[in-house]
Amino acid sequence: MSFQPVKFYQTGTYTVGNRLLAADERSVQAGEQRSNSINSGHRACQGCGEALGARYAIDAAMAESNGQLIAVNATGCLEVFSTPYPESSWQVPWIHSVFGNAPAVATGVAAAMKVKGRHDVRVVAQGGDGGTTDIGFGCLSGMFERNDDVLYICYDNEAYMNTGVQRSSATPPAARTATTMPVGPEPGNVFGQGKNVPEIAMAHGIPYVATATVADLRDLEYKVRKAMKIHGARYIQIFVPCPLGWGTASHDTIRIARLAKECGMFPVFEAEHGEVTGVLKIRSKQPIEEYLKPQKRFAHLFGKHAHPEMVARLQAIADRNIRKYGLLDEEAAHV
Amino acid sequence: MSNKPFAITLKPGTSLANLTGTWRTARPVYLNRLPPCNNACPAGENIQGWLFHAESGDYEQAWRVLVHDNPLPAVMGRVCYHPCETSCNRGQLDEAVGINSVERFLGDEAIKRGWKFEAPAQASGKKVLVVGAGPSGLSAAYHLARTGHRVEIHEAGPLAGGMMRFGIPKYRLPRDVLDAEVQRILDLGVTLKLNTKVGNIEQSMQQGGFDAAFLAVGAHIGKRTMIPAGDASHIVDAVSVLRSMEGEDKPMLGRKVVVYGGGNTAIDVARTVKRMGGEPIIVYRRTRDKAPAHDFEIEEALQEGVMIKWLSTIKQAGAGEITVEKMELDEKGFPQPTGEFEKLEADSVVLALGQDVDMSLLDGVAGLEIKDGTVQVAPNMMTGRAGIFAGGDMVPSERTVTVGVGHGKKAARNIDAWLRGITYAPEPKHEIATFDKLNPWYYSDADKTVRPMLDIIRRQTSFDEVQGGLDETNALFEARRCLSCGNCFECDNCYGVCPDNAVIKLGPGKGFEFNYDYCKGCGICVAECPCGAIKMVTEDI
Repeated sequence: MSFQPVKFYQTGTYTVGNRLLAADERSVQAGEQRSNSINSGHRACQGCGEALGARYAIDAAMAESNGQLIAVNATGCLEVFSTPYPESSWQVPWIHSVFGNAPAVATGVAAAMKVKGRHDVRVVAQGGDGGTTDIGFGCLSGMFERNDDVLYICYDNEAYMNTGVQRSSATPPAARTATTMPVGPEPGNVFGQGKNVPEIAMAHGIPYVATATVADLRDLEYKVRKAMKIHGARYIQIFVPCPLGWGTASHDTIRIARLAKECGMFPVFEAEHGEVTGVLKIRSKQPIEEYLKPQKRFAHLFGKHAHPEMVARLQAIADRNIRKYGLLDEEAAHV
Repeated sequence: MSNKPFAITLKPGTSLANLTGTWRTARPVYLNRLPPCNNACPAGENIQGWLFHAESGDYEQAWRVLVHDNPLPAVMGRVCYHPCETSCNRGQLDEAVGINSVERFLGDEAIKRGWKFEAPAQASGKKVLVVGAGPSGLSAAYHLARTGHRVEIHEAGPLAGGMMRFGIPKYRLPRDVLDAEVQRILDLGVTLKLNTKVGNIEQSMQQGGFDAAFLAVGAHIGKRTMIPAGDASHIVDAVSVLRSMEGEDKPMLGRKVVVYGGGNTAIDVARTVKRMGGEPIIVYRRTRDKAPAHDFEIEEALQEGVMIKWLSTIKQAGAGEITVEKMELDEKGFPQPTGEFEKLEADSVVLALGQDVDMSLLDGVAGLEIKDGTVQVAPNMMTGRAGIFAGGDMVPSERTVTVGVGHGKKAARNIDAWLRGITYAPEPKHEIATFDKLNPWYYSDADKTVRPMLDIIRRQTSFDEVQGGLDETNALFEARRCLSCGNCFECDNCYGVCPDNAVIKLGPGKGFEFNYDYCKGCGICVAECPCGAIKMVTEDI
């Protein structure tokens, strides 16, 4: 059963909180007692989706584990902006090793806790899409395959951002990055490549896989808390817009994430043991242009030298997601 | 600097040393914008303000905020044409919030529970005469009494209420509701003298030792028009018909009654005739869309079986019949005669062509300006004679109960200031919270609650109230449809969506504060505030 929204209550569960909701109906983020796992003073850009997504996820995991949490971090934006020597923004036990081994380090931490008899301590590993879908992928697959007791969270901003916006295997087709320039007959990133890691994770048959966005906080918290109740390997991919890399206004971060979900480009779902068990339905379907146009990384698809055929191919991808996951009201998932 | 080994261990939360607020070029600030409903309300109600309390089920507090501006919510919830709902931002989302129905619910709840007004803190020692116990006079008396002045109302009629009693039919405003709200005002210590017509205002003021006066005598004289009529024809005016409905002797109009005019009064008369067993026909010279009556009232009249002849004028009235001429609209939209005539059965003709003000009480008062049958007043509602204020239908304005109540309040505030020797200066209005300032994504989908309507047979045969009210559950639902435009309702969005934890939650009822040491000025809080209560302001660099 997927996330159950609160029935009509002015803003229901769309907003972070609401003074009219009972305490147990409120989000972790609405509480004055939230742990602020990643605190003020971090050096993320203005409007960073990843900084926001990380606080949403780790605060929820902290709430669910009663503060008994260890976080392992892959190299990436999140690690760089949160821990420039001599400062750290983290207010949880946190460890960083190298770019590609976060799942393996987390496996080790979980094993150490087991040996020490600390069954109350839970382990989260986290990284960006580069550290997850490319560099750390072998370790991640191994962690899944062994069903280690780790929740791995990937903050997906669709490229290597802190090194200067290079393409990753999570970069969408047609997007401009430093390594997929908008030149030639098919400008930007190529169609037909890249990896769908949530589906690869599902293929491992692990207990829990989910996707979420920073635009749907209540759904995100529900998934993190649900994952924390389960033992074994779990994977959550959170869609986190990057104002710098995507060329969006810093105030548009949540709007862009919302549009990605509403147009079908980023399907929001959850799966247990390889089967889709719930999807967050599209509330008001948007054409793909609404999502693409505010982003400078897709600017070459519009304007004087427009590429409507590429926009149509992106729309086809969104439509396929809608069909496949049953994202519109009447449809059921076909995965 | 850390005394831990280099780049191996860092202390938790030490990033607080890095004041990222220095990056900022623009800062978010909380503000209150003026909700369009408040802006549109002729009585100046703080609608968003009282709905806020109704949303949490605190109906008494909601009622108290409401009556801060308007002492007649149960009346208003029935007879107001609710311009607030016309301007409601929710109308652009699905349907306007049923403000009028929640207001009526609160008004009825107050009567049921016996809520009283708070007594004034202290007496001013000043005495004010209010002439006329209609909506405007009652409103002024209420506001003056609450600011500590002694108030005496002189009313020419046998009962209080003015046009609310002698103009608006019972099926729209039951008299027990009106009586309850009038009594609550009198309970504040206001003296009401009935059957007391003021013949000369200066004399009355002098005799009673009044320091100031507020005139609100209304417009009770039905306008006439020249219709060639035989001796046997029966022509009366609408105001007299509606007034006599309140007395023992009901008007004798016969079976076939022609009502001449296209305003709300014409509709009221026709619907009244229908309920008395007559067959009303409204004759109006222009078309439905040009008629001054509100369209929903025309619709309700038609539902009840009132006949309407559009584009017609009465040429002649005789015994048992009248002659009407068909009109057509010219290119400017004015009706022009066609020369085609038609006869209609008519036992009587009721003229509903508007009303005039009886100005006799002002005879001989120096300094007054009377133009087009109304008294001219300054923006502070004072006439040309110092100390005499006027409002309601006797000054130039739209003639509705709500406008009258608004005049009463405005006049009372100015009279209070004048008596204290100061000038009343209302606070400047906030900028309006237009729809583009909102982020409507966050509001739940919720259709407007439809109020129950009396069945058609009872509407044709009795004076029972046509429109029903809300009960507690759907009143709460309806209140919660409010978008709280321009005013924080503590949804926690800004607190949640800040990537830098730079929003401080101050606790229930206290709102939020920005921590400018760390706010980078990204503006997400502004973009994601549902109700437009934050804006970005450029930093001075």
